[in-house]
Amino acid sequence: MKRSEFLKLSGLVSGSLLVPGFLQAFTEKQRLFQGKRIVFVQLSGGNDGLNTLVPFRNDIYYKLRPKLALPSDKLLKINDEAGFHPAMEGFRRLFDEGQLSIFNGVGYPNPDRSHFRSTDIWHTASASDEYLNTGWLGRLLDAECKGSENPWYALEVDDTLSLALKGARKSGFAMKDAGRLKSLMQDPMFEHLAERRMDAQANSEQAFLYKTLRETRSAAAYLVEKSAAKPSSRMYPQHDLGNALRQIASLISAGMESGIYYTGLSGFDTHVRQAETQQRLLNILSDSIAAFAEDLKAAGEWQNTVVVVFSEFGRRVKQNASNGTDHGTANNVYVLGGGLKNPGMRNPLVSLSDLDDNDLRHTIDFRELYASLLDQAFEFDHQKILGRKFNTWPLV
Amino acid sequence: MTEAQKIAHLQRRSGFGPGLRSARYNTLKEALTGILQGTNKYNALFLPGEEKVTTGELLSMDKEARKEILLDLAANIKRLNLEWLKEMGRAENQLREKMALFWHGHFAVRVRGYAQVESYINTIRKYALANFGDLLMAVSKEPAMLRFLNNQQNRKNSPNENFARELMELFTLGRGNYTENDIKEAARAFTGWSFNDEDEFELKPQQHDYGTKTIFGKTGEWEGEDVIRMILENPQTAKFVCTKLYRFFVSDTPNLAHIQEMADAFYQSKYDIPTVLRLVFNSDWFYDDAIAGALIKSPVELIVGLNRSLGIAYSNPQPLLMVQRVLGQTLFFPPNVAGWAGGRNWIDNSTLVTRLNLPRRLAEASELDFAGKFNMDDESPNESEKPKAKVSLSCSIAWEALAEQFTASSPEALWEALHTYLLATPTIPGLPEVIKNRCSGLDKIGQVREIALYLTRTPEYQLT
Repeated sequence: MKRSEFLKLSGLVSGSLLVPGFLQAFTEKQRLFQGKRIVFVQLSGGNDGLNTLVPFRNDIYYKLRPKLALPSDKLLKINDEAGFHPAMEGFRRLFDEGQLSIFNGVGYPNPDRSHFRSTDIWHTASASDEYLNTGWLGRLLDAECKGSENPWYALEVDDTLSLALKGARKSGFAMKDAGRLKSLMQDPMFEHLAERRMDAQANSEQAFLYKTLRETRSAAAYLVEKSAAKPSSRMYPQHDLGNALRQIASLISAGMESGIYYTGLSGFDTHVRQAETQQRLLNILSDSIAAFAEDLKAAGEWQNTVVVVFSEFGRRVKQNASNGTDHGTANNVYVLGGGLKNPGMRNPLVSLSDLDDNDLRHTIDFRELYASLLDQAFEFDHQKILGRKFNTWPLV
Repeated sequence: MTEAQKIAHLQRRSGFGPGLRSARYNTLKEALTGILQGTNKYNALFLPGEEKVTTGELLSMDKEARKEILLDLAANIKRLNLEWLKEMGRAENQLREKMALFWHGHFAVRVRGYAQVESYINTIRKYALANFGDLLMAVSKEPAMLRFLNNQQNRKNSPNENFARELMELFTLGRGNYTENDIKEAARAFTGWSFNDEDEFELKPQQHDYGTKTIFGKTGEWEGEDVIRMILENPQTAKFVCTKLYRFFVSDTPNLAHIQEMADAFYQSKYDIPTVLRLVFNSDWFYDDAIAGALIKSPVELIVGLNRSLGIAYSNPQPLLMVQRVLGQTLFFPPNVAGWAGGRNWIDNSTLVTRLNLPRRLAEASELDFAGKFNMDDESPNESEKPKAKVSLSCSIAWEALAEQFTASSPEALWEALHTYLLATPTIPGLPEVIKNRCSGLDKIGQVREIALYLTRTPEYQLT
């Protein structure tokens, strides 16, 4: 696509004094993306945290999980009390290299055990008895954080957009496959509509819809161009998450100006026969992120990239009768990257004896981690997004 | 607005838009009479040939049998969703279904028991055009509501405030119009509000707090019914509900004077729902040029509107569940007790493309562009590991019947007629060259098809 066409499509020709960063980048051969970018990986279904990072010195763990507990000699130990699931070699390596931080017992007060509701709580950063229509990252877009003038500043690698990325005025951009989106947008109808001149009488909703359509077209073309510029040749697991992270790695290597990427892996709702399922999924997770880290190191971008791995809740301490586990509460959050502050185990393992109705008590509110990211990575006062002040952790 | 545009505007807002089989009105007066009269007729929604399984029966089953049945019941909720969608499309009394959709978002619940969902939605539909106080009382006693807001756990010795809080915050008064103490005390009045194994409302006397409570500054041995009565005595309730009605029926930008006008009429009529609707539909401000096309259609309005205006018949309606999900509104699965946010919240790049492509996918009976995300709460965990399969639509559009609606014969004249029939905004200037070219050589049916497919694929069609 020619630059003039691109300008026309993105509706940027007229008037605006604010020249978006990516346009400057076309002319000045400088680094396209400044600052830190965050890649969120959501494990849907409620990953069993206790079998991901195993407290192998704890007798209660072995007592309450007679069939599911992982034997201590199989674990990938990271210190004298905790070890990763044997499928997570990649995570252990990154931990050893000081590129992984572990937060234990992350949750929120009055935990909700519905996948749906708890996911919404994580996405909106609400209290458990509060209902918000906007996602926390969507509100960051609404607040016009630096870089958010690009329609692709917050990019979800999926067909549909998560609530986390929906704001009241602005939203993130959803795209599972750049090529497919572009071919979808090449429909002559969309071309025709994008070129239609708005009537002066057009109401604001109409203008909003046309703007969204134009941005989708220009973003699709731009994303295809960017994904093709520096394709990754590394081996990723043959899976949605592997494909998503490979695509994100290519985009980052090509200098994509997105500050937020969102992707995930589902299938963690292991009520029955947990062992095989979780083994397979954790292996995909660990291998995908390890490959991603290698790609970004090669591109010199791992230093200013942060990967955040979370799940809507953890699972019960006690296994159930079907060799699985039921919905629980607090869980681990993993933060990875080349430029972490204080990497390693960030707080004590969660207690297995002091339980709340047989479930783990959270020791860190997940919003403390959001607050830390907002303050340190996005350089944005977290109170404006989260509504109140939270304790923060030096992260990046 | 011309008289014809006013009639179409009224049909779009009070129902799901003009349809192939909908009543014809020559004047606005006729339309108003037609739409507002005969609002008493009501038929319950149900699944033909399906036996209900009560909560009591479920509890008496062994675990494996219960699991099986629960999956069936989840499937039944989806079938009921499609039944209602169909009813919205074909109902003569469009206003009842439109109003029921509003109340479903207002009294949003999401539960897994089929019998409870069926009972809840029929209460909503039955009282949709009755008295708000009666609706509020009936829906507050629905097992689906009591369960969703944890009122089974609201007991004398350990009150649960969830229902009392949402009753005031979301259903009636709105934030800032009650105190935390009002909620605490009101929760006590609702202790023991529960349901039996037959899914019927029941006050459990041993769990109920019969003591003295102080609510809204008044002290007495208040019961739940008293709390609801006191809430209705406060004109703020009329104002709060009318603000939401205004946003749903008129515009997302509240006009305080018009809302006050509605609230006064609502309150003075002791919360008669048709009274306030009559006021809106008879107001000049409802027909202001700035109002037409000022609202973004909800996904359900979009789907039902297409079904009605194009006369779409589905050999398998199942894919419409996927369409609802991808677009962000699945009947009986609201996001939370606050309902759907609506407005621009419906739109992002993915939902917009899906919306603009939908008429084409329907016309071609082809594959949907996107599969939605998994929702572990409604699907068996085993499904969630596999990548979502693409879903193909199977339906036919009544092009011939649509063409018969219009006497016009040239593409230009058909464009004018279809524009008024399909779009709420008068902003697409004339027949685009590209459609004109495609129309040449086609018969009238072919021309109608080309023009209708163009118009329904515009951003303007997303507006109502």
